[in-house]
Amino acid sequence: MTSSTASLARGSGDPARVPSGRLLDVARVRADFPILSRTVRDGRALVYLDSGATSQKPAAVLDAERVFYERHNAAVHRGAHQLAEEATDLYESARSRIGALVGAPDNEIVFAKNATEALNLVAYAYSNTTAKAAHGADLPPGAERFRLAPGDEIVVTEMEHHANLVPWQEVCDKTGATLRWIPVTDDGRLDLDRLDVIGPRTKVVALTHQSNVLGTITPVAAVAAAARAVGALVVLDACQSVPHMPVDVRELDVDFLAFSGHKMLGPTGIGVLWGRYELLEAMPPFLTGGSMIELVRMEGSTFAPPPQRFEAGVPMTAQVVGLGAAVDYLQGLRSADGTLSGMAAVAAHEHALTAYALEQLAGVPGVRVVGPRDTASRGGAVSFVVDGVHAHDVGQVLDDQGVEVRVGHHCAWPLHRRYGIAATVRATFYVYNGPQDVDALVAAVRHCQEFFGVAA
Amino acid sequence: MNLESMYQEIILDHYKHPQGRGLREPYDAEVHHVNPTCGDELTLRIRLAGDTTGDGRAALVQDVSYDGEGCSISQASASVLHELSAGRTVGDVLAVQEEFLALMQGRGQVEPDEDVLGDAVAFAGVAKYPARVKCALLAWMAWKDAVATALTTKVAT
Repeated sequence: MTSSTASLARGSGDPARVPSGRLLDVARVRADFPILSRTVRDGRALVYLDSGATSQKPAAVLDAERVFYERHNAAVHRGAHQLAEEATDLYESARSRIGALVGAPDNEIVFAKNATEALNLVAYAYSNTTAKAAHGADLPPGAERFRLAPGDEIVVTEMEHHANLVPWQEVCDKTGATLRWIPVTDDGRLDLDRLDVIGPRTKVVALTHQSNVLGTITPVAAVAAAARAVGALVVLDACQSVPHMPVDVRELDVDFLAFSGHKMLGPTGIGVLWGRYELLEAMPPFLTGGSMIELVRMEGSTFAPPPQRFEAGVPMTAQVVGLGAAVDYLQGLRSADGTLSGMAAVAAHEHALTAYALEQLAGVPGVRVVGPRDTASRGGAVSFVVDGVHAHDVGQVLDDQGVEVRVGHHCAWPLHRRYGIAATVRATFYVYNGPQDVDALVAAVRHCQEFFGVAA
Repeated sequence: MNLESMYQEIILDHYKHPQGRGLREPYDAEVHHVNPTCGDELTLRIRLAGDTTGDGRAALVQDVSYDGEGCSISQASASVLHELSAGRTVGDVLAVQEEFLALMQGRGQVEPDEDVLGDAVAFAGVAKYPARVKCALLAWMAWKDAVATALTTKVAT
């Protein structure tokens, strides 16, 4: 099979509608994911369209974790024995490869249990610094940037996931700072006419790189420029971007970036925070205990330099090793025509699938996509409502057909309120999805409309 | 297991033609319950009459009015609750509520008692879908909360 589109056409009813663009060889990719061969709900083939919540794992990741436990398991950064050396090497080598994926040096990569914790780590730097400064405790040089006072402002956007909203609400509650937000437009974009929300009192701007509901890729450069102009730091939630497109932390000109392992073929229990080293150095610790100290006396302690300062206790070693394997797997992907590799190949594949899904769903009367209808600056999260049927009921009928999607507010409740919708159905795509999955989705949606008697 | 076992005709009928929907005056208590995982919201009011002393079980449920947004299961459940409770004693409806709760938490292993449950027996299939149990229970939990609030208020005044 020489043509990428031809190799993906199986199962699609109308060849003229098969997406154009550089697709991955989905059949080959799918063979790497054991779970995709199982059936659900009385023998239905599994059509997994919920990778935006969590991705499936290739055998290479499962093997990496198993081999770690079978051959190299030991507590890292402790002990002088051979297993401890091997475990430490595997852990630190994974840190290098994970950092390289986003263009970051090892010492700027901090591991947390998930992206939520990574974002909280930054948020707590503000509340902890403010609390310590209030009674004159010792703070690292440069800590002043993390000190907040009543009247200071934290800016988020209306399309944030709760993980990049609630921690900042809490920081405001603890410090007296004020939360402000950049609104969204009716067509699902960030309202750039309202960047004036960022003002002279703004200390932090926290935003998503790609909305987990709308699929919108935000104009980070424009927001970062506005933040720079007032000396504010920029925190980027990259949970929906790093797994799906090439991301370079230096090109983005942000200060912190968080992403999760389990959304990018890696294990659960591992999140990643990247931060500029001079900022990490100026931050107080988040969780404290073993491994993160420099010197401990009964009267008090001093702390290790980053990233160890933020990795208290025995870390999630097998998960880090597994995530390293996931990064290797992603880097090793090639588009079927051989022209693209790694994250560029992943992005091109998803771009083609998203275009196809938007086009196919537009052809179903009574289905309304919430978010951009075109693929410009847009990733592969497609949320929609079916007129006359609540999202939960749509999800139930889809599940009965083996089509697994997410329903609800997707941890972005304010965004749903903004659009006057209680819940949406969300399909998200990844490297193992092909046009046949989009076809299954559309067929299941039509079936749902018939089941509830709302078909046009 | 198939869809029809969950979406019984009675449920779809209540969903499309909800009974007693809309918030009404007068009322003794109003509660607002949400299902945080899916964003379903329900506001429910209760009006009690008769003997509200003691444990309140002898009191009459004069009206249950409600409004909200949610899936067919949660909306139909509120509608069935309205029908089942109006004009009965708190004690009687509590017995239905307890039976319904046991059914919903039974993972499909509990045999429903139709004599107690009435139309609510139609929700038996929902118990096999753990993610939907909260939808079916939303109105019933709100009702229980509203009764407790109303009785406390009445005793206090």
